[in-house]
Amino acid sequence: MSELIVSVLLVSGASFVILAALGILRLPDLPTRMHASTKAGAMGAILIMSAVALHFSESTVVARAIAFIIFILLTTPIAAHVIGRAGYRTGAELWDGTIKDELRERYDPGTHQLESGLEGKTEGGMPLQPSDRSEM
Amino acid sequence: MLNIAINLVYLMFSLALLFSFIRLTLGPSLADRVVALELIASVVVGFVGVHAIDTGVSSFLDVAIVIALTAFLAAIGFARFLERGGVKDE
Repeated sequence: MSELIVSVLLVSGASFVILAALGILRLPDLPTRMHASTKAGAMGAILIMSAVALHFSESTVVARAIAFIIFILLTTPIAAHVIGRAGYRTGAELWDGTIKDELRERYDPGTHQLESGLEGKTEGGMPLQPSDRSEM
Repeated sequence: MLNIAINLVYLMFSLALLFSFIRLTLGPSLADRVVALELIASVVVGFVGVHAIDTGVSSFLDVAIVIALTAFLAAIGFARFLERGGVKDE
């Protein structure tokens, strides 16, 4: 019975991973590829690790598998966000069908300055944004 | 039952490695390659997990943890390099 559950977990985890790989191969630009690899890849790794924990069912292995799952859940979004931001800043092309790019008019690729749209506006005599913004 | 599943999973992981390797070679930008490398690391982690089940050696899990950690650090380091004026794609 537990063998059946382990097999199902393994095959579904591998299906998620192969879906992530297909997405990374076929999707048109960096943010969509990043999206596919992050979500499906993390889900695949988590299912595989659950299968490992269930197969061995010793306390040390289960503890390590849970620690690994928490680690994956913490780090994959951070890594994907950081790579996506670096790709946008170094001028990676967006897909032709992209209909919304809110950073385009606010971000200056030469100086790496990001405007918030509130510059120069005041509220009760106090400026909403400090005028001398430091380099990010 | 489990043996068939393990062999099927090995096959699927090999296909996933192949797909992400194609993206790694095609690029086109450096950030795409880094995303592909990160997926390769995650596929290898899955490989190690399945191999731990296959052989019954649970110590392989430590290897998987170390691979995941180094992949994360490599991604962060690459992103910092790109943002601090590395290779530009314009």
